[in-house]
Amino acid sequence: MPSKPAGTLYRGREGMWSWVAHRITGVGIFFFLLVHVLDTALVRVSPEAYNEVIGTYKNPIVGLLEVGLVAAILFHAFNGVRLILVDFWAKGPRYQRQLMIGVGVLWVVLFVPFVIRHLSHVFGG
Amino acid sequence: MSDIAAPRSSSSARKLKGGGRNRSGQTNFELYSWLFMRLSGLALVILVLGHLFVNLMLGGGITALDFGFVAGKWANPLWQVWDLLMLWLAMLHGTNGLRTIVNDYAEKDQTRFWLKALLITAAIVIVVLGTLVIFTFDPCLDPNSTLSVCK
Repeated sequence: MPSKPAGTLYRGREGMWSWVAHRITGVGIFFFLLVHVLDTALVRVSPEAYNEVIGTYKNPIVGLLEVGLVAAILFHAFNGVRLILVDFWAKGPRYQRQLMIGVGVLWVVLFVPFVIRHLSHVFGG
Repeated sequence: MSDIAAPRSSSSARKLKGGGRNRSGQTNFELYSWLFMRLSGLALVILVLGHLFVNLMLGGGITALDFGFVAGKWANPLWQVWDLLMLWLAMLHGTNGLRTIVNDYAEKDQTRFWLKALLITAAIVIVVLGTLVIFTFDPCLDPNSTLSVCK
């Protein structure tokens, strides 16, 4: 006889995972935004201070983090539009699956060209 | 078996449930906040993706970013308004999102209070700082500036 109740993990499939991913990407983007406003504020200090800090954005490791940031932003943006369609469009709930696929397709279509261009900037010297 | 009473709901939500209080005395804050997330979200899709496209895809992308790049952009009022709107909407949208997350996961009233106090303080500091930066930016801090206003 089990001493504990069975696991209470809610298994809501892709609807649940998109909700989880929306939260995680949202939090990540928010903390980047705080840092990004602070680094941009250095334009009020001096051109040298700003250029030095913005220079860190150009190093390869940070360049890869930027790929992650843009991946998160693109997902959060299109998944957000999907939520809006489900909430406000009468047929939204009926086309749940298609909307979910649409998010994935849009994400790939914008992310792939970005990665190619951005990494060629970061690693192209 | 563990009893999960009103899991992760705020004290105000619990009050609402208990005794079926008259709802006319409640504000519609949560409704407006829900609507704001959707409206600001739509605007931010345009603002943020446009920002990323212009700064990271066009020209030299990240390699071209420096003081002169910012000065060139903010010489155009369109980009000043763009960045100001983006700053305000993104900060309100993000702060409201984190508020929801704090409400969901911080169980003690005190923890919730302090996390939200910290969140709101950080948000005010960032919004005020960012706004001041956009409005008081001086492109002529750069002695090599080629902008006509600095000659």
